This record gives sequence, C-alpha cells and structure tokens, in this order.
Amino acid sequence: MESGYIIREQSSLEKELEGYDRSSSFIDRVVDFFRRKSIFVLAYGTGCGAVEMPPTFTSRYDAERFGISGAATPRQADVIIVSGYLSYKTLRRVIRTYEQMSSPKYVIALGSCTINGGMYWDSYNTVKRLDLYLPVDVYANGCMPRPESILDAFIALQKRIEYGEEKGGWERYIENIDYYRENQRAVLGDDIHPAYEADWYSSGGAL
Amino acid sequence: MILQSLLAVVTAYLTGMLYYGIYRNITARFHKRIGPPVTQNIYDSFKLLFKKESTSYGWIFYMGPIVMATASILTLLFIPLFNDGEMEGVSRYGDLFVVLYLMAMGPLGNALAVGISANPFGAMGIGRGLTRMAGLELPFYLSLMALVYFSGSSDITQIMSAQEDMPNMMRYPLLFTASMISLTGFLGKSPFDVVGAPVEVYSGPASEFGGKFLGLLMSQSAIFTFAKLLLMVDLFWGGAGSLAELLLKSFILFIITVFIGIVYGRFKVHQAVDFLIKIPSAIAVAGILLHL
Repeated sequence: MESGYIIREQSSLEKELEGYDRSSSFIDRVVDFFRRKSIFVLAYGTGCGAVEMPPTFTSRYDAERFGISGAATPRQADVIIVSGYLSYKTLRRVIRTYEQMSSPKYVIALGSCTINGGMYWDSYNTVKRLDLYLPVDVYANGCMPRPESILDAFIALQKRIEYGEEKGGWERYIENIDYYRENQRAVLGDDIHPAYEADWYSSGGAL
Repeated sequence: MILQSLLAVVTAYLTGMLYYGIYRNITARFHKRIGPPVTQNIYDSFKLLFKKESTSYGWIFYMGPIVMATASILTLLFIPLFNDGEMEGVSRYGDLFVVLYLMAMGPLGNALAVGISANPFGAMGIGRGLTRMAGLELPFYLSLMALVYFSGSSDITQIMSAQEDMPNMMRYPLLFTASMISLTGFLGKSPFDVVGAPVEVYSGPASEFGGKFLGLLMSQSAIFTFAKLLLMVDLFWGGAGSLAELLLKSFILFIITVFIGIVYGRFKVHQAVDFLIKIPSAIAVAGILLHL
C-alpha cells in the first residue's frame, strides 16, 4: 500500500559524520554542547521495545550517565522514542505527541518494525516505514534492540548534535510538511488533529 | 549594592544547581547507579533556555515562571548572605515577614499560569501544591514566629547576631526540628513530594511548561532552594562569616533533607497535611511551651 508513494532520499541518514563541518560560530558550538549534554526522553512505548527501555534508564544500564533522562510530558522532551511497531491508530497519537514537542526535537526509532515493518511486513494496519510519517533521526535496528543498542543510538544522536548537522529531522519536517501530511492523510484520512497544530506546521510556523 | 545583589543571585544559581547535581548523584548511588555529572542541572537549564520553540498560552502564561523567578530572587535578596554585614545588598530593607510573604508569592503566581494552560495534570498539581503548602506553613510559621518572639526582633540580622554564643538550633532544638521537617517539604523531597509526583500527575504544575519556561522554572528553583537553605542557616545556625562556611552549613542542611527524602516513600496529599498539622506542629508548640 505504501509502495505507491515517493520514497524520499534517505542519504542524509547514512552520511558519515567525519566529513561534516562543525558548527562555525562559537555560540552555535556552545548551544550544541548543552543540547548534546542534556537529552530529555519521551519514551513512547508502542511495541515490544517498550520493555527494553526501563533497563536502559534504571540501575542496570543507567542512561543518566550520559545526561539522558526521562521527560514527563511532550512539552519538556527533546527526543521521542518510538519503540517498535505502530498501528495506524497509534500513529495518530504519535504524530500529535511529536508536534507538541518543542524544537529542536529528535526521533529515535527502535527495531526493524519501524524500518521495514519487521514481522508485521504484511499487516493491513501497521506502519511499515516510520520515516514516511515522521522524520526519524536515528534508527536502532534489531528485533528487539537491546539496551546497549539504545544507548548506542543516543550516542550517535549526540554525535550528530555535536557535529552541528545542518538539517535536523525537525527542520526536515517543517520544510517538507506537505510531503509528510500527504503520507499521513493517506493512511489516517483528513482527520489529523488537532487542526491548529497541523495548520501551524503547514504555514511554516507563521501563524 | 546592585553588583552585590547580582553576585548573590549568581552564587545562589550555581550553588543550587550544584547541590541538585550532588543530590542526583547521591540518589543514583542509592539506586546502585553511577549518576549524571554534577553539572548536569546547569546543562539542563541552559539547554531548555536555548530551545527554539516554547508553547505559550498568552501573557498570563508568561507571567507564571516570571512571577516564580521574581519571588525567588527577591526572597534571596532580602536574606543577608553573611553575618558580618559583608555583601548585604538590599537585605537590610526587609525583615523575616517580608521573606515569608515572598516565599508564598511564587506558587500563587504559577497557579495562575497553570490555570490558563488548562492542563488537567497541571491543575491537579497546583491543587496538591497549595494544599500541601497549607500544611507546610503551619509548623514553619509557628517555629519562626516563636523565634521572632524569643529573639525580640523580626530582623534577620539581629536574630543572627543574637546567637553568637549559642546557635538557635542548640538553644531551641524542637523549633529547629519542626522547621527542618517543613524545609524537607519546601524543597520538594519525599515524603512530601506529591506535587510533582512523576507517574501520577506527570510533573504536576510544570506539565505544560516546555522550553524557556521550564528552563526559567528550573533556574528559579535552584535559586529558591539556596534561599531557603540560607534562611535556615541564618535563623538557626548563626549565619556564616565566609562563603566556605556558608556553603558548608547550607550543604549539611541540604544533605539532611536529601537523606530524609531518599529513604521515605511518598505521602498522599491528605496524609502529608495530616502529618504536618499533627506531628511537626505539635513539636513546634512543645518547643514554644518549653521556652516560654
């Protein structure tokens, strides 16, 4: 069902970081330093990946060592983790949650389900490629990725922030909002709520 | 004077943030974790202040964190930093009553902003916060008013200078105990941390605040924490003669509340108020009767 859509070039996700120019201005670097050092995570437990997150954040793997801590609400979060398969019904909530977060914001997707559908590859009501609907910054692949992989994904994200990549996922989302909306509408219908947030994005933040 | 006040605010911010960093580390060790760097809270607050977007609900929403921050900074400025008159800033223009009034002002201003955001979890948090405050204030005010009565002055500098031979915490141990229990609640530690109870009401009053609003709230919370500790040091421990002494004394008081907070579970709202009205208030009343 999704094969009919334009599959966007994902080269930016596969770039090697070494070739990047670091942020040019000093202030940018300082801001990037704080962003890298402090990451508030909204763990959106959808699939089986939800069970890998508690050990990541508690005594066993202690993500707080890297400045990664849980956020209570989307308003306070920097990163949303989509942990595994998403039904279309849940996708609506995830989009709404993502749009409530404040920029700069990042998406980490766990597991093969968010990459190609995984074991739900032929399901009629499951998202096969999360990147069609939300701008994913880092994938942690596997079925399921263990807490080590999740920490690895966070460290990859911190590197991307450190190197001051010119286009974060949230910028791509705003720039290509029509593309994302088209994909979202194709599976969710026109009822993407709340309308004011959808309008805000569609107007390029001008409202 | 302005320079001294600015310096006081910067000191309070840095100290408060570092104390919270140490607090997070101690909590982590209790969980058998390593814990974040000590400077983590400074990173958090700066990152939040550098966020590009912050959802707002109009000017009253802006007022919330601003009133909170104003109240915290004013509270700090009206409390003398040292007992020898150094770095006094504007502190001699206010007394204990002004400080107590300002301490209650911040949460009320924030209640307004949370109300305008119409977030049910925020409203729930504010309801819990104000109810808890009614419980916290009773033993705190009882012991502080008794202190004012015994010292014969509401001027913090005079209360400080009256304890040169013996600090008030030794002279009036019951009043000190009662206000320490209240301080644990004022600093948001268990068992009185029901206001921002993470899994029950998300983060309570702060649910709807993101970006720079949350950054401002975090920064003012650090300043306010230091101000409360400073008040306790001044009133019960004879103040401090130097920065090192001040840091040591306030840190010891802070660490006491941290240890109380780590080992206790969380009271429900009515349990907290029930406890505060009965036990610490009774201790405070006993302290008053003992010394009359």
